[in-house]
Amino acid sequence: MEKRTPLVLTVPQPGARPGETPDFSWMDVPAAGSVRRPPVDADQSEIRDLAFTLIRVLDDEGRAVGPWAPDLPDEALLTGLRHMLTLRAYDARMLTAQRQSKTSFYMQHVGEEAISCAFSQVLDAGDMNYPYYRQAGLLIGRDYPLIKMVNQIYSNTGDPNKGRQVPVCYSSLEHGFFSHSANLGTQCTQAVGWAMASAIMGDTKIAAFWIGDGATAEGDFPTSLLFASTYNAPVIINVVNNQWAISTFQGIARGGSDTFAARGHGYGIPSLRVDGNDYLAVFAAGKWAAERARLNLGPTLIEYVTYRGGAHSTTDDPSAYRPASEVSAWPLGEPIARFKQYLIAKGIWSEERHTQAEAEILAEVIAVQKEAEAIGTLHSGDRPSVSTMFEDVYAEMPPHLVRQRQQMGF
Amino acid sequence: MVQMTMVEAIRNALDVAMGRDDRVVVFGQDVGYFGGVFRCTVGLQQKYGKTRCFDTPISEQGIVGTAIGMASYGIKPVAEIQFADYVYPAYDQIVSEAARMRYRSAGDAICPIVVRMPTGGGILGGLTHSQSPEALFTHIPGLKVVIPSNPQDAKGLLLQAIEEPDPVIFLEPKRIYNGPFDGHHDRPVKPWKAHPLSEVDPGYYTTPFGKAAIHREGSAVTVLAYGTMVHVCEAAAEESGVDAEVIDLRTLLPLDLDTIVQSVKKTGRCAVVHEATLTSGFGAELAALVQAECFYHLEAPVTRICGWDTPYPYVHEWSYFPGPARVAAALTEIMEA
Ligand SMILES: Cc1ncc(C[n+]2csc(CCOP(=O)(O)OP(=O)(O)O)c2C)c(N)n1
Ligand SMILES: [Mg+2]
Repeated sequence: MEKRTPLVLTVPQPGARPGETPDFSWMDVPAAGSVRRPPVDADQSEIRDLAFTLIRVLDDEGRAVGPWAPDLPDEALLTGLRHMLTLRAYDARMLTAQRQSKTSFYMQHVGEEAISCAFSQVLDAGDMNYPYYRQAGLLIGRDYPLIKMVNQIYSNTGDPNKGRQVPVCYSSLEHGFFSHSANLGTQCTQAVGWAMASAIMGDTKIAAFWIGDGATAEGDFPTSLLFASTYNAPVIINVVNNQWAISTFQGIARGGSDTFAARGHGYGIPSLRVDGNDYLAVFAAGKWAAERARLNLGPTLIEYVTYRGGAHSTTDDPSAYRPASEVSAWPLGEPIARFKQYLIAKGIWSEERHTQAEAEILAEVIAVQKEAEAIGTLHSGDRPSVSTMFEDVYAEMPPHLVRQRQQMGF
Repeated sequence: MVQMTMVEAIRNALDVAMGRDDRVVVFGQDVGYFGGVFRCTVGLQQKYGKTRCFDTPISEQGIVGTAIGMASYGIKPVAEIQFADYVYPAYDQIVSEAARMRYRSAGDAICPIVVRMPTGGGILGGLTHSQSPEALFTHIPGLKVVIPSNPQDAKGLLLQAIEEPDPVIFLEPKRIYNGPFDGHHDRPVKPWKAHPLSEVDPGYYTTPFGKAAIHREGSAVTVLAYGTMVHVCEAAAEESGVDAEVIDLRTLLPLDLDTIVQSVKKTGRCAVVHEATLTSGFGAELAALVQAECFYHLEAPVTRICGWDTPYPYVHEWSYFPGPARVAAALTEIMEA
């Protein structure tokens, strides 16, 4: 018999661990403006390259360049900045609130603000996002009352979820933000079903779902691609590749495929790979996908390449598994700074106005926070009555729950 | 003997198992370099290498499915599911495959896997980080189901699980990972080091399946519990003044019915306590067995003190949790029956 070499198990490793030098040399960063923008009805087979590049609009000088540069009025641009600054201020305040035990838990967006904030301007009222926990910008960008978000974090009587869910699991269907459960991946197929229903009924609404690089490993994700593809569902598949899934680098979920965007190809789904720290690129790609969906051209997959700037959550310490300096080595910069630079270069913003806006927004967030604290925080003030815990299990309370509620004294 | 927390005892069990048998492999989400979100696998990758302790994609279905394949090959997978609440994507692999492989092939294909997962609430985890799904596994023929209540048992039972010829669901009550929590959430956290069962033999030993442990002897009522609830029941016995016999079942399947029956025949009363929801919980099985085996010795109906039939609420977790006050009240009541 021929002599065979022993097999070896491959276990992918990240570029750097603590104590090592961050390495993003594997990342190809094409110049802003260099990637073509095909017509929305382009055949998937003709635009496969777009899953392996990086659609970028903002260049290093703060100019918006190339075919993807959207034509947005100044007003909309300044509003976009405001959304990102609000999200950042909100994150900072909620992180502090967690340290002060006003809540048990929080998850921040730092470094990823452009993605959910820009996309919040893509869908119309009546459309639906199926988010996970790192898309609060979708709510902020849709003018969801910030007080309700803080109340959810504090689980007080103002919490629309009645204190049932852990912090950051918001829900407001009215604002196109579907209830999120924390079970990774489950939203994918549901969003496709929602989009299919719109098509079944002959409506004009479209859906979008959100999933992290890590969570694409759940079976729901590829299954959702298949259903979206088979039924040509009007859905936008948003993959947020922030390089990490808690301590696990994105290579574990990506496997041997080059990019997450390429996942769409096996299903014939047009797929874009986008600079997630570029507000304008995110917006433009989202709009392209939304137009396709609205024209009944079917699903689009978008991978947003970004970096999780903070800890996974307040219970996580990333210094245990990645170099602290990795965030500063990240080649796509920081989304708010890049957008600010653009607005200044465009002549509609200045450093002074930025500093002033930051202070104003922070003051607004603090004022809302105070208002929420007057209602209550996790361990003080008003919280939903204990009897409410038996409500909403069913539309109508069955006898055994009525009995149990009585046993509790209600 | 070495003093260990539950986390340290579990880690030590894995270390001992990997050290004595190079077919033992440990994997799951974040278990490799980082050592698991609950820290149960810290150091194992450094010690045994990246192919014996590694991170997996976030796919519970994939984790259990590949574990089954590895077991079929003849190696010994110990898979971690990050929270029991996230095991459902793997339920098909566990129920339709792992549990029935031996049966359907008449022993041609077998499935000795261990699936570890943190279970239970009391950590402000809400609906999705608090569940106790043991009954979803005890209901499935072919699975063995283990829930340790202390470091000494956790190690011995885990080492036994790795020896088992059949699939084992190993539920780790996360609230007692770092201390013997008795349900008094408003009191300072007790560390394991004051508890005698935190004294762990650092070498190899196994704790047999199907052998309950009597944690507190008593003559008035038999209390059947497992995991965190063992400590809650001990506190409730002390605080109610009811001379309860607290039995830690340790393994739900196989179940040590002899110890249960012997105790109930002695006390004439029985209370069953679990954190999982009441309806169709494992307590229903226990209550049915006790009435069938001890009917003529019972002086009161078997009572169940369990989680309410709602999802585990976040802000009201202490109203949901069957704490010492609720257990003590039930013990007092059963004595008056
Ligand atoms: C089904 C399921 N398995 C595991 C978890 C635990 N978990 C929560 S977040 C997370 C990492 C997700 O990473 P990624 O999808 O990349 O999103 P990111 O946090 O980076 O935004 C894990 C493993 C979960 N919530 N649900
Ligand atoms: Mg991620």
